Amino acid sequence: MSKQHLPLWEVFVRSRRGLDHKHIGSLHAADAEQALLAARDTYTRRQEGVSIWVVRSSDIHASQFEDEDAFFEPAADKVYRHPTFYDVPEELKL
Amino acid sequence: MDHQSHSAEQARFEAIIAAEEKIEPRDWMPEKYRRNLVRQISQHAHSEVVGQLPEGNWITRAPTLRRKATLLAKVQDEAGHGLYLYSAAETLGVSREQMVDDLLDGRAKYASIFNYPTLSWADVGAIGWLVDGAAIVNQISLCRTSYGPYARAMVRICKEESFHQRQGYEIMRTLAAGSAAQKAMAQDALNRWWWPTLMMFGPHDAESAHSQQSMQWKIKRQSNDELRQKFVDQTVEQARHIGLEIPDPALRWNEERGHYDFGEIDWDEFQRVLNGNGPCNRQRIGDRRAAHEQGAWVREAMLAHAEKQRRRAAGRAA
Ligand SMILES: [Fe+2]
Ligand SMILES: [Fe+2]
Repeated sequence: MSKQHLPLWEVFVRSRRGLDHKHIGSLHAADAEQALLAARDTYTRRQEGVSIWVVRSSDIHASQFEDEDAFFEPAADKVYRHPTFYDVPEELKL
Repeated sequence: MDHQSHSAEQARFEAIIAAEEKIEPRDWMPEKYRRNLVRQISQHAHSEVVGQLPEGNWITRAPTLRRKATLLAKVQDEAGHGLYLYSAAETLGVSREQMVDDLLDGRAKYASIFNYPTLSWADVGAIGWLVDGAAIVNQISLCRTSYGPYARAMVRICKEESFHQRQGYEIMRTLAAGSAAQKAMAQDALNRWWWPTLMMFGPHDAESAHSQQSMQWKIKRQSNDELRQKFVDQTVEQARHIGLEIPDPALRWNEERGHYDFGEIDWDEFQRVLNGNGPCNRQRIGDRRAAHEQGAWVREAMLAHAEKQRRRAAGRAA
C-alpha cells in the first residue's frame, strides 16, 4: 500500500463569465498550484470553463443528513413567501 | 505596471464589456470602475438594511396573523438582500466593517425613501406596492449589469421581490374595497408615498452625477428617466384598477409618446432628504446605531463560543 498521502481537493468550474462556479468533482494533489493544474487537465479539456477554484476538501463543512428536518423543514409551511400566495389580478403585471 | 501592459488590460476590459460579457472579481478593472461599483452596491445594500425599519414598525401591529407572517417574511428577505449585496461589494476589496461604519457614521447614502414615516397600516401596503415596485423596475434592469457578482445578486433578489410587491398591492386592494374610512386610509398612503417613490429613480438624466460613466461601463443599463417612466406607466393601471387616484393633476396619457406624461418632482425636497433633513433621517441612523451596539454582545458571544470549542478540541487532542 502506498505510503504517500496526497490531500483531496474539491474542484469548482465557472463555465462562462457571469455564471457561478459550480462543483464539478475532486482530485488529489500536494498543494493548490498542483491542484489547479490537475483540475485543468482533468476537468477542462474541452473548453468546459474560463475559471477554476480548488478548495481543500477538509475545509468544506457540510450540513448533515440527520439535520435535514431541522434545517429545511420549517420553510415548507411558509407558502406566504411565494408570489402565488397573493390574490392579485394577473393582467396587472405585478 | 508599465504603460503598455496597462493599456492591453484596459483594452481587454473594454472588449469584455463591449461583448456583453461580465467582469469577474479577479479581472483587471479600472480603479474608477471599481470605486463606482463599491459606491453603488454598498448604497444598495444600506438601502435594503435601512428599508427594514419603516415596515418593521408595523410587525407587532399587523391586523391579522396572515399579514403579520407576511410582513415578517418580507422584512427578513430585505435583511437577506442587504447581505447578498454586502457580499458582492466585498468581492471588490472593501470590508464589511468599513461599509457598516460608513453607514453608522453617516458617511454613506441610502435610498432617501426610507426617511419617510409609516403613519398607518396602509403605508405597509403602499411601500410593498410602490417602493418594492420601483425597486423591482430598477433591479430587473440591473440583472444585466456588467459586474458578475452584482448581476447574480440581482437575479436572486428579483426572484424574492415579486411577493413583496404583490402582498403590498393586496393590502391596498383590500383597503380600497373596504369601508369609506379604509379606502381613505389607502388613498392617504398613496398620496404621501407617490412622489417620494418617483424620487427613488434619482435626478433627471442630465443632472445625474455618475450616470453617464456608469452607462458606458454598463454598470447601469437604463437611465433614471427611462426607469421612472416605466414605473409610472405600469403603476397607473394598477391604481385605476382598485379605484385609487394618483396625486398628480398633470398625469395623462400621451398618445404620441405612447407613455404617461406626469408632473415635475419637487427636487428641493429630494435634496433636503438626501442631505439628511428628511422627516426620519436621524431616527433611522439612530436606530441602526442602537441595533449595532445592542448586537455587540452577540458577536462577542459567537467569537467566545468558537474560541471555547477550539480550546476543547485542542484539549481532547492533547
Ligand atoms: Fe429588497
Ligand atoms: Fe423588497
